[in-house]
Amino acid sequence: MERPAMELLEVKDLSINFGGLQALAGVDFNVREGEIYAIIGPNGAGKTTIFNLISRIYRPDTGEINFEGRDLLAKSISDISRLGIARTFQNIALFKHMTVLENLLLGCHSRLRADVLSAGLFYGRAMKEELKAREQVEQIIEFLEIEHTRKKVVSSLPYGMQKRVELGRALVSEPRLLLLDEPMGGMNVEETEDMARFILDVQEEMGTTILMIEHDMGVVMDLSDRVCVLDFGKMICEGKPEEVRKDPAVIMAYLGEVSSAGGEDRSAQD
Amino acid sequence: MLNATFRVSYRDDIKLFQTKLVKFWILAFFVFLILFPLIFDRYFIYLANLSGIAIIGTLGLNILVGNTGLISLGHAAFVAIGAYTSALCITRLNVPFVASIPVAGVTAALAGLIVAIPSLRLRGLYIAVTTFAFGFIVEHVIVRWDAVTGGPDGIALPPASIAGLGLDTDRRFFYFLLVMVVVLTAFARNLFRTRIGRAFVAIRDHDISAQVMGIDLARYKILSFSVSSFYAGVAGALLAGYTKFITFEHFTLHLSIEYLAMIIVGGMGSILGSIYGAVFMTFLPEGIRLATDLVRDTYPLLTTRFAALTTVVNGLIIVLFLVFEPEGFYGRWKTIKAYWYNWPFTY
Repeated sequence: MERPAMELLEVKDLSINFGGLQALAGVDFNVREGEIYAIIGPNGAGKTTIFNLISRIYRPDTGEINFEGRDLLAKSISDISRLGIARTFQNIALFKHMTVLENLLLGCHSRLRADVLSAGLFYGRAMKEELKAREQVEQIIEFLEIEHTRKKVVSSLPYGMQKRVELGRALVSEPRLLLLDEPMGGMNVEETEDMARFILDVQEEMGTTILMIEHDMGVVMDLSDRVCVLDFGKMICEGKPEEVRKDPAVIMAYLGEVSSAGGEDRSAQD
Repeated sequence: MLNATFRVSYRDDIKLFQTKLVKFWILAFFVFLILFPLIFDRYFIYLANLSGIAIIGTLGLNILVGNTGLISLGHAAFVAIGAYTSALCITRLNVPFVASIPVAGVTAALAGLIVAIPSLRLRGLYIAVTTFAFGFIVEHVIVRWDAVTGGPDGIALPPASIAGLGLDTDRRFFYFLLVMVVVLTAFARNLFRTRIGRAFVAIRDHDISAQVMGIDLARYKILSFSVSSFYAGVAGALLAGYTKFITFEHFTLHLSIEYLAMIIVGGMGSILGSIYGAVFMTFLPEGIRLATDLVRDTYPLLTTRFAALTTVVNGLIIVLFLVFEPEGFYGRWKTIKAYWYNWPFTY
């Protein structure tokens, strides 16, 4: 293939507007194979919109998204999982009346093949593939240390645990690219540390590439290989965490002022 | 304490009947069912047969409404399509009763597929209205298309038989229905152990998330409609074969609502719930009759106004369940089971 072997996801000139509101205006970035790439930015910067575009929930006005050299915009939302992209949602989007086990099994959905008849008779392939799926699910359950919740209905679990189950559901599909939308959102310190450990393990042990949106700057700086900063739908900076931290445009986006004296005064009053 | 069942394989963990105790009770229940026609009088067997047919119809509706979350007010239309298909197969084409059942099921499933297509872009209330309209269309066609459906006069059927053996008595029909109910219940139960049933529930719980998991929404909504209508069609064929006479009056909006009442009372999205609901609602009028008989001397008015009373009680029960136990009998059953599971400890 003609593309450079390193780039797993290429986003070019991506724009979308919602009823006149320009949510994204010409965003370009690439995610390399095996890295953790973080997108940060103030609220309403368009971070989740990027995820919704990659997972084909929205259609962009202009731009291209290529995954492993294939044009994602030619695929439909339900093809994305089969191509090897899985995601979690900012506000947990688990199937809340189902058990942890059933939620994780749904992660396998696009890999299973049984038709209605063999499923209803639970005979032959249907049974075999269910058992195989169960084995894969159990591996993820063990990996995430959620054995004790296996048969619990997800809505009965605490918030942090639900976040973990949602990560599990994404992992079960054995994705090449994992999109995590605020994996630490609303978590306490201990839960955040657990989640950070899992994310690093996913990258190292499973070799999964991770694209992550996160507000917790400590986490972003510690985990990511590269960071991009979004503000009002435009990318204002991209680079290694330590570079981004010092970038004047980023400081301005977050604090509102660049000039040292004025900025410090204002933040002191806040 | 019924705690601590230990399983060593995933195969064991997804078995339908998990423990020896459960197997024992299921077996005992079947012994009771086999003896049922020998113990009770003809009228009770008649009610049991009607519940058997209702169970099949309810299983279908629950797959669509309870599990996939698509509200249907037109279930009776699919039952009607099944009943008329079976009746026409038998009277016009001399197809045996048993062979007409799958034909009726498939015809209803195809009708379900057609109704599903315009419903795909619709949600919630809009689907309810679409299916509601479909119910009226089918009713209208049946009344007007005299040449085929016999119009308001309906169709009379010869007594049903299976491989030369007449199903002409209530007792024989009871055993035939028992087999049908067991097979179709097992099929539905299995469906929800696999990817297809899980996909239905996923669509109900979170449709965007379901799509991200790779579930093609259109395909699975159509599938759910078709499976649901298949069950309705089979129920219709059985009703035609059992009552030996069908007219449009059997398949009005009233029947659709009754089916909905059954799944509300029994438990939305639960197979056991479908069964509880169908049996309860079928035997309810009989229960009311017994109750009014008891107080006949004190309140003679109740006996004379029996029909009106039944309708009122039906409505009242739906409301009471929606308010106090939205999960129906099945929800209550789960609570009781959870309580005894750890007894005498509180948790």
